[in-house]
Amino acid sequence: MFCIGLYGALSRRNAIGILMGVELILNAVNINLVAFWRYLTPDKLTGLAFAIFVMAIAAAEAAVGLALIIAIYRTRDTVTVEEIDLLKF
Amino acid sequence: MTVPQIIFLFVSAVTLGAAILVVSARNVLHSAVLLALSFFGVAILYVLLDAPYLAAAQVLVYIGAISILIVFAIMLSRKVAAPDLVQRNEQWLVALVVAVLLFGVLAYTVLQAGWPVAREALSVDAVGGLGQAFMGEFALPFEVVSLVLLVALVGAIIIARER
Repeated sequence: MFCIGLYGALSRRNAIGILMGVELILNAVNINLVAFWRYLTPDKLTGLAFAIFVMAIAAAEAAVGLALIIAIYRTRDTVTVEEIDLLKF
Repeated sequence: MTVPQIIFLFVSAVTLGAAILVVSARNVLHSAVLLALSFFGVAILYVLLDAPYLAAAQVLVYIGAISILIVFAIMLSRKVAAPDLVQRNEQWLVALVVAVLLFGVLAYTVLQAGWPVAREALSVDAVGGLGQAFMGEFALPFEVVSLVLLVALVGAIIIARER
């Protein structure tokens, strides 16, 4: 799932499509954390707590990313990342 | 092949299939709905991994908030008259090769290492222990994450504000 998300993040043209690839990557990492926690150290809760923190940070990052995309769409009238190519103005 | 194994294989197939369709769909709204399906598959996998609290949190946060946000953003950034173009940029072949190679390396590493596996899950309910851990051992990351969420949401509101 990590590799699918990586391919999506690297090859989509829509900025929201790229964000969806990044969310897939974060979910894959979370599954990894929980699986390792469950099978290797189920007595300590470190893995589960870490997974919850990753989920919270992913939610914050998705919110900020989507706000940025909306703001960019308002000024540049596009969300295709190939057309958003000026750092200034 | 036990029943949990069959359920795991089926749910993993659904999740991965939805993920592949997310990154290859032509219509970005289809991608968003398939992403929500993929998140739901991940929540079922959490239940299979003896973490029901995390499964509930996944449904609430990812499907209930992030998927809705993504659909909002897609709706707010649509051009009314534009057709659905091809969604792959010119680097897609290199990205595919890199992703497949990375998968090969990761799969080989995981399958080859000998993991010391503990079979039984925790006998006590993890939610109480998690609450105590958040207030005790993980108090600092907990507060910091709260702060990060606050700052991120205030920032998102400011960035997306109408001028």
